[in-house]
Amino acid sequence: MRFVVLVKQVPDTTEVEVDEETGTIIREGVPSALNAFDEFALNLAVEMKEKSEEDIEIVALSMGPPQAEEALNKCLAIGADRAILLTDKSFAGADTWATAVTLSRALKKIGKADLIFAGQEASDGNTAQVGPEVAAHRGLPQLTYVSDIEDLDLREGYILCKKETDEGHVRIKSEIPTVLACMPDPGFEPKIPNVREIMKAKKKPKEQWDLEDLGGEEEDYGLEGSESVVIETYSPPPKGEGIKIEEEPEKSVDELVKFLDEEGLL
Amino acid sequence: MIEIELELCTACGKCVKVCPVDAIEIKEEKAVLTGDCISCGVCVSACPEDAIEPVIKTAEVEDLAQYEGVWVFAEQENGKLKPTGPQLLGKGRELADKLGEELCAVLIGNDIKELSGELGAHGAEKVYVVDDNIFENYSTEAYTTAVTSLISEYKPNILLYGATHLGRDLAPSVAGRMGLGLTADCTDLSIEEVEGRKVLLQTRPAFGGNVMADIVCPNSRPQMATVRPHVMSPMEPDKDSEFEVIEESVRVREEAISTEVIEVMKPEDKGEIPIEEADVVVCGGRGVGTRKEDFELLRELADLLDGTVGCSRPIVEEDIMPKSRQVGQSGKTISPKLYIVCGVSGAIQHKVGIKDSDYIIAVNKNPDAAIFDVADFGIVGDLNQVLPLMIEKLGKVKEN
Repeated sequence: MRFVVLVKQVPDTTEVEVDEETGTIIREGVPSALNAFDEFALNLAVEMKEKSEEDIEIVALSMGPPQAEEALNKCLAIGADRAILLTDKSFAGADTWATAVTLSRALKKIGKADLIFAGQEASDGNTAQVGPEVAAHRGLPQLTYVSDIEDLDLREGYILCKKETDEGHVRIKSEIPTVLACMPDPGFEPKIPNVREIMKAKKKPKEQWDLEDLGGEEEDYGLEGSESVVIETYSPPPKGEGIKIEEEPEKSVDELVKFLDEEGLL
Repeated sequence: MIEIELELCTACGKCVKVCPVDAIEIKEEKAVLTGDCISCGVCVSACPEDAIEPVIKTAEVEDLAQYEGVWVFAEQENGKLKPTGPQLLGKGRELADKLGEELCAVLIGNDIKELSGELGAHGAEKVYVVDDNIFENYSTEAYTTAVTSLISEYKPNILLYGATHLGRDLAPSVAGRMGLGLTADCTDLSIEEVEGRKVLLQTRPAFGGNVMADIVCPNSRPQMATVRPHVMSPMEPDKDSEFEVIEESVRVREEAISTEVIEVMKPEDKGEIPIEEADVVVCGGRGVGTRKEDFELLRELADLLDGTVGCSRPIVEEDIMPKSRQVGQSGKTISPKLYIVCGVSGAIQHKVGIKDSDYIIAVNKNPDAAIFDVADFGIVGDLNQVLPLMIEKLGKVKEN
């Protein structure tokens, strides 16, 4: 049996700036990390594998530049059995649609997966769209905002998850295979691989697939294959300097009430 | 569209049963697509042999002119309309006027027809109603099928969803199945002319609000976006405005739905305004305390301002408030008119979630707390002194 975990390498900060001249995000000197929600998804997959009596292969799948291999190395140390990086010049600049096309073709090539895990969203794009779009491309059901897996029966073919809603959460049962977009509850501590696991990870199989491996035309992928086009990126207008007062509480609160009143907030 | 691999097909007929538009038949011991496919995808997951593959095509450029109308998905829960529908109709009116097209709402649920009056009052000229008990509880598959079949039939130019948990589940499912562009969590929308065509310009923050992007979907229709709750303003409702109700029947079979909600949990939140929908949010962090009763003053202040309470991550970890109240990157991104934040140091993950609030008021005893960097008005002081005074003084203003 097989789990596939979709992961993304992201800048290790959201404090990025836009190059005023080119309108692109300055990535130079910004360290990279495995997207936190993807790491949670992988942790869930590893936990499910450990609990199960079945023989399960966990594949970590990512699309990105060659250096995204680092994120996959981390996945192997955490507990993935095999890693595949989809990397090709023509994959660059993909929106969520083109990303889903690329990942879905790779998923088809990987073969049957009992569960596909993804992070709910990535900390750079914040779209939360790739998981559901992959589900659509693969013709699979989806569960988004999954914060826990309560039960999984691979033989009977169902999973029971805790799923966050706007008001609270639901316990929801689904047939499998399905796509799970995962987001941790507060307090989640990711598994930190020990030295042995890191050493062991170095022997695990790693592959890189390009356009030729996935098939199709260049125009199916990346910027050209995208449905949405970014026309401009820019820094948000700076916020004016705020007021800060350090006075006796009486006076501070009087000033605050005056401020709120002047701004028409009362 | 779908493709049926005949070699794998065993003519079991499951796809025929689940197809909502009767587009599949069994001919000569094989399933064959004979009708117009609406790309809902239910047959793909229903096929036990994995013989059906979705074939996802994107709309051709020549077809774009056929697509007309600004549509708003009006989310409802238990027969109550969510505020995002009227909010989007407010913005939708502006877009529709610029395009010279009509403004319509889409309403899906069970026994919800009467809600169309509210949507008409908020500016919808037409309300498409899909009413059936299969839509009683939200399921991605049933709702996706309803939306894709409405799109296939009526060809709208624009379709907007609230960026709620439900909207962010449904919209990418529809986009993925129909081959459409989709822009997530927009904070502004406008109509601009790009290459001689009027298109929807979608503005959204990325990198937690540190970067803004303007995005268009030039080649597919409808142009779809999810829009952050509470950023757009509804119009004043007009009870006398005329509108048309179009009842559409979409057949979804029980067998086509692979999920089942076992239990709904809404801890401690009964009747309370969700934080993403409130005009005023009073938020507490570790500086407030570690007992439930420590947060009572916040509640009092929130009640006074007709708002609601939220909290930072440690408060959820301590089990003082439920996760639905958590503000920040791992909780909810909110944009209230007034955000009052007490005893929160202002970690980047928190600041990201509140950046687009109209006004941020911070109270913290540490003058160097990072939260002051984003505050419009900051008070350095002891909460136990400042909060009671705020309640007292604001209470007096409210009374007058």
